[in-house]
Amino acid sequence: MLPRFWRKIKYRYNLVGTYCENCGTYYYPPRNLCPKCRRKSKIREVQLSGKGKVISYSIVHDAPESFKMMKPYVVALIQLDEGPIITSQLVCKPEEVKIGMRVKAVFRKYGEEGESGIIYYGTKFAPDNE
Amino acid sequence: MRRVAVIGVGCSKFGELWDMSFRDIVLSAGIEALEDAGLEGKEIDAIYVGNMSGGRYLAQEHISALIADYAGLAELHIPSTRVEAGDASGGLALRQAYMAVASGMHEIVIAAGAEKVTDVGAEMAMDIPSSAADREWEVFCGANLPALFAMIARMHMERFGTTEEDLARVSVKNHRNAVNNPKAQFRREITLEVALNSPYVAEPLRLFDCAPISDGASVVVLASEEVAKKYTDTPVFISACCQASDYIALHSRRDITTMDAVVYASKQAYKQAGIEPKDIDVAEVHDSFTIAEIIAYEDLGFAEKGKGAELIRGGVTELDGEIPVNPSGGLKACGHAIGATGIRQAVEIVLQLRGDAGKRQVDAEKGLALNIGGTGATAVVTIFER
Repeated sequence: MLPRFWRKIKYRYNLVGTYCENCGTYYYPPRNLCPKCRRKSKIREVQLSGKGKVISYSIVHDAPESFKMMKPYVVALIQLDEGPIITSQLVCKPEEVKIGMRVKAVFRKYGEEGESGIIYYGTKFAPDNE
Repeated sequence: MRRVAVIGVGCSKFGELWDMSFRDIVLSAGIEALEDAGLEGKEIDAIYVGNMSGGRYLAQEHISALIADYAGLAELHIPSTRVEAGDASGGLALRQAYMAVASGMHEIVIAAGAEKVTDVGAEMAMDIPSSAADREWEVFCGANLPALFAMIARMHMERFGTTEEDLARVSVKNHRNAVNNPKAQFRREITLEVALNSPYVAEPLRLFDCAPISDGASVVVLASEEVAKKYTDTPVFISACCQASDYIALHSRRDITTMDAVVYASKQAYKQAGIEPKDIDVAEVHDSFTIAEIIAYEDLGFAEKGKGAELIRGGVTELDGEIPVNPSGGLKACGHAIGATGIRQAVEIVLQLRGDAGKRQVDAEKGLALNIGGTGATAVVTIFER
């Protein structure tokens, strides 16, 4: 899994997405082709603001093995202000989350491959009270 | 394109089949189907098998040749092909077999589906189905299949007023139907209270909103109309078998309360069959999670968008309702043997249309099966008529 993760570090850590200059649509996760423009796609990488709102969410109780220590945890679909919707975790108490809640990106640990394995970091979201 | 008929069906028991190997399970379904069709074996022109993850569940690839071999067909050298689309693998196998006969390439073709999930630990058994979602951008974040369907359910509730009780009603109905299905995994009724008091898996979905992961196999035998006449007086015809795909991840979809792949495949299927949703008398839909059955009512055109829950509240989809859905017990109670499910649904519709469904028999001339992969990135809609 290491190279597979390593290739995406820039995008996962810093919330770098892509933008199609032909139609003006932002994408995250990044795409090499714009599904609206296809061959006419003009894709470039773009730094996303990391600000957005919760579209839907779930509090996960029956967690997969690698997330057992975190349960219950909150996963959410977050619509960034630039438009794209992304799947992420929320760093807040389960009872705090509600649809429409403003959130901002934060850098957090997701998991690790055993005690001596690599640690997976990535972007999570926290309540944005500004 | 020629008319295609189903001339034989077979299904193994679904459930935790500790004493049966993958090969045993496939064989039990295969023998039943060949006996039902009255085939000896050498009449078979080709085999298509749906299997999601033999590689991870059994560390066994090359499932196609393996099942032809253990079905006793090795020396007949029949071309055998495995197809995969998550838990829509069975639906894909059916469609490949349908196209092979409809096109005139073959006369008699087997469509099979099989999965053996209990030879690995429970953690791994539960993780593998999530491979049908986006591993890098969804499952990485802890959003496994239950969590993704939970987010679909949450939005459906928020937008349309669907309730946890509506979801539980789907589970209660499907458990009740499974009582009369000898192949089903859970053959006992449950109450609304039991469903609503079961623990949350991923809010708002509870244990009784989630289909189990099961062992099982199913087989159907397809033939051209002309050949079918020689084998059976009760052929069931496939009037359409359509497939569509969509973004793999939920977050990329146009609207997570609609599965566009289902809308697209079903519209094509209705058009090809020359019928409308109201003409369907019985349906098997993909209730991997209860919310998926409610959304299927809408996306298949049985109810307007947002009004799916009204069908379950009004008893419309009960066995004695206007359009019975999941008379077999569905994935929830009959069991979800991943790659086998799409074929298992076809078996149920064929039994219903032939009048061979025993105590769960409904009055039907036209039936529909909906098989989806993951959260709806693949959909296969098949329409049957007698």
